[in-house]
Amino acid sequence: MSAIALPPSLPVVARKDRAALWRAYGLLAPLVLFLLLTFVGPIGTLLWRAVADNELPQALPTTARALSAWDGRSAPDETLFKPFVADLREASPRDLAALARRLAYETPALRSLLATAKREVAGLDGSVAAMGALDQRWLDNATWQTFKRAAGPVGSYHLLSAVDIKHDYQQGLVNKDEAGLYRSILARTFSIAAITTLVCVLLAFPLCVFLDRRTPRTRNLLLLMILLPFWTSILVRTTAWMVLLQDGGMVNALLMALGWVDSPVHLLYNRFGVILALVHVMLPFMVFPLLAAMAGCNRLLVQAAYSMGARPLRVFFQVYLPQVLPGLAAGALMVFIVTLGFYITPALLGGPADQMISFYIAQFTTGTLNWGLASALGLVLLVATTLLYLVQAHLARRGAEGVKR
Amino acid sequence: MIRNPNRGRLAWFGNLGLSLSGWLVLAFLLLPILVVLPLSFSDSRYMSLPLGNFTLHWYEEFFGSAQWLGALFNSFAIAVASTVLAVVLGGLAALGLRHPAMPGKRLIEVLLIAPMIVPAVIVGVGMYFVFANAGLTRSYLGLILAHTTLAVPFVIVNVGSALGGLNQRLLWAAASMGATPWMTLRKVTLPLVSPGLISGGLFAFATSLDEVVVTLFLAGPDQRTLPREMFTTAREALSPVLLSAATIMVLFATLLLLVSRSLSKR
Repeated sequence: MSAIALPPSLPVVARKDRAALWRAYGLLAPLVLFLLLTFVGPIGTLLWRAVADNELPQALPTTARALSAWDGRSAPDETLFKPFVADLREASPRDLAALARRLAYETPALRSLLATAKREVAGLDGSVAAMGALDQRWLDNATWQTFKRAAGPVGSYHLLSAVDIKHDYQQGLVNKDEAGLYRSILARTFSIAAITTLVCVLLAFPLCVFLDRRTPRTRNLLLLMILLPFWTSILVRTTAWMVLLQDGGMVNALLMALGWVDSPVHLLYNRFGVILALVHVMLPFMVFPLLAAMAGCNRLLVQAAYSMGARPLRVFFQVYLPQVLPGLAAGALMVFIVTLGFYITPALLGGPADQMISFYIAQFTTGTLNWGLASALGLVLLVATTLLYLVQAHLARRGAEGVKR
Repeated sequence: MIRNPNRGRLAWFGNLGLSLSGWLVLAFLLLPILVVLPLSFSDSRYMSLPLGNFTLHWYEEFFGSAQWLGALFNSFAIAVASTVLAVVLGGLAALGLRHPAMPGKRLIEVLLIAPMIVPAVIVGVGMYFVFANAGLTRSYLGLILAHTTLAVPFVIVNVGSALGGLNQRLLWAAASMGATPWMTLRKVTLPLVSPGLISGGLFAFATSLDEVVVTLFLAGPDQRTLPREMFTTAREALSPVLLSAATIMVLFATLLLLVSRSLSKR
């Protein structure tokens, strides 16, 4: 190649290259535009809603400005009351209802407090005495802190709520009263995913060693037994487990026929059923990368270790396992990532105490309409998924390099 | 003396244990799906052992109800439309990604694969916010766009790997003999990557047919799909009709699997 002397500049090729570049961009443009509208836009909206706090600035614009100027530590005074009363006179009922809902996320009592203030607004002049006469709570620092946290238009309230933290202007970041609600949901989500991953690894390893030792022909036939569940709808598999695990179902009928139990065991609507079905759904995702890693493992090294008198356990841990570890780790992380976001299977097979973070995101979106919190929980899930995926991609690349070596 | 690790009593037990556990895990994977089939033909309401008498009652109920039949039809219509859209958009984009030194290539690749990685609930909630403003919720178009988004990465991956195996010399040969880029694409590239296109399309089809999470967020009362109908029914009460629906979907999965296998053998 280098024997052919090329002139230093290649104007014709360069021009052609530019055309090729534009052609490539042109081919990519339709899909990129499509995904900007149907994917990037929606995800961006979700991220925006996690930090947006629009209800108070919308309903009480001058109060919002006064709240930003207020330090949150001192006792509330007329610098807040005057704009509040003025805004309250102008505010539309619709905006006020939205604001009341927003404030009630944090302090349910504020809903009625705000409604009373709106009703009595004609008699208010924005003085401390008048506000105190209306309700003593209007003079509390805590009441106005709640207002300040909602003063928007951008705020950290929803994000902090998703991890049970509140920004108190007097004490800094503090745990919320109903401490541990979302943190325990998060911990539950991670623990279900971790157990599922562990069981998948424990089941996939012997299966893959078994498959790896078959002849290619047998292996391909046996792989069909893994591919059929893989291609079958998750909903079908989840339904099948519901039928099998119900109190009068086949598993219980079998257990009783064998005389192992006298009355049906509850296998459904608890953690056991959820994890069993999750393992069933996720196992193929573990088997394929692990089997590829085992196929790429250098068997001569194993034989060499044996020929030099190494004991089987030592061969396994020092020669065999290091070679398949990148594939094993990539598969395990993939299982973990996908399990983190599961919704359908726990919703159908689990009880109230087995629901994962996705369930709450869905519930806050379409059920209680707390879109800020739904988005904040979504953001937490998205960040966890993205970080783990970066690690996974790195491991998968290293695994592929290991195979080439 | 060198011990042969594949001989001796211990190794024999080890191999037996390995085969046994291998077969047990395979059974765990396959049996739950196979069990559904006989139960859907049994006249016992309880969906358990002992099996009742043979009946087609549950299938009659499935095919006799406008609700289930409509859901089946909707699922297929949406899957076909989103597969076509995903294969066209994804196929073009995969061709574009062949350019070796395009600025921003990594970013574009990440964007095109991302819908496969991001949890379905997040995609669903985001689309729910945006599509509601655009008037696309409660519409077939909205569902087709959503399913296309989720299916596109599978087309990119499959066509991409088919293009990766493409012999560049064939394209140069075509060009050197005076073929225009369009002619090269039609006569050389497309025939060679068609297995990748078809298997990408199969994955796209299966993805759409299986998708329920985003559908739950976007669909209105008219847009019943089979998985959505199964989800809502299973949430209320288990009924053998569910099993006949499941059996139909298992048969379909088998079909998709066999087609994709025969493609990969070629």
